[in-house]
Amino acid sequence: MTIFFHELKRGKISLLIWSLAVAFMLGVCVLIYPEMKTQMGDISAMFADMGSFSAAFGMDKINFGTFIGFFGVECGNVLGLGGALFASILGISALAKEEKDHTAEFLLTHPVSRERVLTEKLLAVFAQIIIFNLVSVLITVLAIFAIGESADAKIMFLMFLAYFVMQIEIASVTFGVSAFLKGNGLGVGLGIAVLLYFLNIISNLTEDVKFLKYISPFGYTEGAEIISNNAIEMKYVAVGIGFMVAGIVIAFIKYRKKDIS
Amino acid sequence: MKAIITEHLTKFYGKARGITDVNLSVDEGDFYGFIGPNGAGKSTTIRTLLGLISPTSGSAEVLGKNILQNRIEILSQIGYLPSEAVFYNGMRVRDILNYSAKLHKTDCKDEAKKLCERLELDTSRRVDELSLGNRKKVGIVCALQHKPKLYILDEPTSGLDPLMQREFYELLTERNREGATVFLSSHILSEIGRYCNHAAIIRDGKILISDSVEKLGHTGVKRITLQGAEGIPEIAGVKNITNENGTVSFLYSGNPRELLSCLTDISFKDFTVTDPDLDEIFMHYYAKEEN
Repeated sequence: MTIFFHELKRGKISLLIWSLAVAFMLGVCVLIYPEMKTQMGDISAMFADMGSFSAAFGMDKINFGTFIGFFGVECGNVLGLGGALFASILGISALAKEEKDHTAEFLLTHPVSRERVLTEKLLAVFAQIIIFNLVSVLITVLAIFAIGESADAKIMFLMFLAYFVMQIEIASVTFGVSAFLKGNGLGVGLGIAVLLYFLNIISNLTEDVKFLKYISPFGYTEGAEIISNNAIEMKYVAVGIGFMVAGIVIAFIKYRKKDIS
Repeated sequence: MKAIITEHLTKFYGKARGITDVNLSVDEGDFYGFIGPNGAGKSTTIRTLLGLISPTSGSAEVLGKNILQNRIEILSQIGYLPSEAVFYNGMRVRDILNYSAKLHKTDCKDEAKKLCERLELDTSRRVDELSLGNRKKVGIVCALQHKPKLYILDEPTSGLDPLMQREFYELLTERNREGATVFLSSHILSEIGRYCNHAAIIRDGKILISDSVEKLGHTGVKRITLQGAEGIPEIAGVKNITNENGTVSFLYSGNPRELLSCLTDISFKDFTVTDPDLDEIFMHYYAKEEN
């Protein structure tokens, strides 16, 4: 596991900053809820009544006045977008960065198989995502206790689980893309994450493009849907897992034979 | 067993030529030089042997093992020094050396310490703060610390000062005496001439010739320069004559006594006889190749 620990060491500053930044925003989101609640009577109706804008963010389907409803939309967007960006950076950098910095030559002239490099790097990406989510959950739970609110544990768990699966999916897909790149893929990685985010928003606007929910992993992280169904939409998750496996398999196929220049 | 043997090794990058039909044979225990100008295919050959790139056609064996099927076993017995040693930014020298040792699954702290002392390398520095020469030293320690059987060194002395170059070759000579094989590429002929037993010359992706260094050096061609010359020697075997403000320079291959007697007929102030430089030796073998 030499490469695995090396990767964790290399990524620790970035992991620290991303975890703390996203967890901090989540915490703030939760902490402002009591303030929001006192003014929520009218606002809730207003939020739910902004036509397609409400639909885009799923605000028409849930009660903004309850804590879980507020959390599902507000905090969901923070963790959704933040987590997606972080996961895409991890995935896209895993292989491409070594080639951009010309350290791939150093690594691959040591007696390690390409498969081992891929496996350990992928595990390191997953480990960082797990730590990132643990920090997010921890800070959120602390903040909820701090404001004296309570939330349905099952729904909270499902929401965090959905975001976690989504991050794993995005990291795996960008990992697959990373195997093809020779230079810096950061732009490509962030682009993929943002594109998927907007695909979901568009799919909320009109029934005609509902199929986009199959493509975008944000389709199954929607807080509104999870709250109203008390479950994650498994058909979207299944397709997402398909993309995840495809990303990893493609990375292995490509990188095993890749010319390192 | 041969340390390195390649058969018709060929690599194309798309349509661009890398190397064509490279046949090399390096004995175990040899000190082998691989000479050629920039872009001739030295690095491509080396990178193919290391499995960084896969050959378009042809095959190669390193230490008796096929490069495609036994990459890991081969790499565990190789010390490789890239022409441009690049490491992970922000890491300290000792961490890089340690990472390399761990990837080799060996503990060679003592050896690393000895090498760093001999090369005057400070292991507490960050690699991105190092000068080119000091980065090269990190690469050298990485290549040598695990005491491999075969050293593959791509332009090893570029960036090293003359004293360090000498220390480096001393290290290599010691390792060679202990039985290790050294295979190094260079475009500096004098290095190859001084340390190597055998050498191959590569140009435009093709091996022009491979032989013992002694035989390669004796091309029988000399470069003659006459200062303040009033005339040009008219004798068979004179080639590539240039005449600039009375300084006449040419290549001569033939009987030196005949040249001397011919020179007595011309008036000149001073003259030098040198071995032709690398380029001219290339031209020599190149012309031979074409005939």
